[in-house]
Amino acid sequence: MTAIRVERAFGPVVEGEALVSEEGFSPRYDLDRWSGVITKPGHRLEGASIVDKVLFFPTAKGGIAAGWAFYDIKWKKIAPKAFVFGVTNPVMVQGAVFAGLTITEGWNPHPRGVVKSRDWVRVDPPRRIIEVLRRV
Amino acid sequence: MLAGARGEAVRRAIAYQIEVGDFCGARRFVPVTNVHMMGDIEVMGDGGLEFLREELRLGARCAVSTTTNARCIDFAHCRRLGQDQTEAGKEMELIACLQAMDVITTDTCINYQTVYQPHLGERVAWGDTGTVIYANSVFGARSNFESGPAALAAALTGRTPEYGFHLDEHRRGGFTVRLDAALDDLADWGALGKLVGEAHQSYYAVPVFHGYRGTPTADALKHLGAALASYGSMGMFHFVGVTPEAASVEVAMGGRAPMESLVISDSDIESVYAAYGLGDRDARLVVFSGPQQSLLEMKYLAELFAGRHVPAGSSCFVTTNGGVLAQARRLGYARTLEEAGVTLLQGVCFYILQNLSPIRVANGWSNMVSNSAKIVNIIGAHRFNTILRRTAECVDIACTGVLR
Repeated sequence: MTAIRVERAFGPVVEGEALVSEEGFSPRYDLDRWSGVITKPGHRLEGASIVDKVLFFPTAKGGIAAGWAFYDIKWKKIAPKAFVFGVTNPVMVQGAVFAGLTITEGWNPHPRGVVKSRDWVRVDPPRRIIEVLRRV
Repeated sequence: MLAGARGEAVRRAIAYQIEVGDFCGARRFVPVTNVHMMGDIEVMGDGGLEFLREELRLGARCAVSTTTNARCIDFAHCRRLGQDQTEAGKEMELIACLQAMDVITTDTCINYQTVYQPHLGERVAWGDTGTVIYANSVFGARSNFESGPAALAAALTGRTPEYGFHLDEHRRGGFTVRLDAALDDLADWGALGKLVGEAHQSYYAVPVFHGYRGTPTADALKHLGAALASYGSMGMFHFVGVTPEAASVEVAMGGRAPMESLVISDSDIESVYAAYGLGDRDARLVVFSGPQQSLLEMKYLAELFAGRHVPAGSSCFVTTNGGVLAQARRLGYARTLEEAGVTLLQGVCFYILQNLSPIRVANGWSNMVSNSAKIVNIIGAHRFNTILRRTAECVDIACTGVLR
């Protein structure tokens, strides 16, 4: 299996290195918005950089901040290539659309058996599909 | 609007709202009566400020009454806290931009207690998750989480895409929570929100609370809602006999069977407190914030701090809005708190303070103690070890420097 179908998607087709999390995400709670590194103590991805990554998160946490924060990190050139959520909330959508960042929600199958961190993947919103192009 | 009849700022706003609405499955727009938006330099950054400047050049102006959430700088305390003066200058410009668009800079995350109380079924576009969950749950008004740019777009167009909590189907309960706990302190209500929120992380997971033997206060519901939204990203709850769409469990569930039925007891609440590690036992930072304090919370804190003092080397911060602080000054609560060595910050929330990580490092703070379940969760990226304690315990810790 090398592909994941998504239910909803916005943004341009992008490719990048996957960063797969078992824990949800909030740019306010978890991210140092000056370096692009996840700094919340104990987060499953603590210490990992999101810069230029295709991020897989099962859920969204919080929080209103993503609305401005995604635009801000794109302005600072520390944005990811795409957000891939299992379940998200409107704020992540509002933020990604405002920043012009690719975002998807809903996945089949679960990425756990398909993609690992550091795999090279393509997110294709018009086709609502994520493909693994190269494995680690 | 999309053709530009109301100007370029409105055209861009409605085009953006259409994209968001398409993603979220909206079939139409609905008018809103009130907008509450987050907008400060800490979260917006230089890019966000430049966006606002451009909006202003394009003639952006609010179509409905629009207020602002708590911001990141109290200019009266900016230097002493160690905040960046350049960023303070940008914050002043940002505020001026918003005011030029006819945004009312109330700078509060408790607008629902102090500024505007929408009625049952009223559609609003609010930001700060705590304000949204309160609007949906306690008032029976209708709002989604509207982040800064989404709320600003709603302010300019006077409408919002109809999805999520604007629709009856998402407002029905999903699971029940029977309360077999005393919940005597506001921190207990936050702990309840943590327990329920953490276990059901979904915007659309609507808990139905029932069985409580007392009457929750507005501040109790505030801390419950803020914690549910923070830990669970939830946008709504029902509380049988208390909130307007919950005359009974059955009514709140809208005819559905609960997916799950929980019971929360006193021992569950105690287990929340017991789970916080004390780190290096640093007890030099106690915070009452997130959400800002109501007048009644200010009064209670003044009673607890009366005649006591925060020792040298320790810090205690209380945040509230301008209206509450003015009343607290008139009534003497502010003076009592300041005589005890408490720092009162106006128009801000502690976790969004500009430059907070460097401020933490400069002060050598490792722990942060608070009675707010929300703030002990949300401040994580700044690398505090956080500890939730009941209000009176927080005051004891602030005044003794001893952490238990």
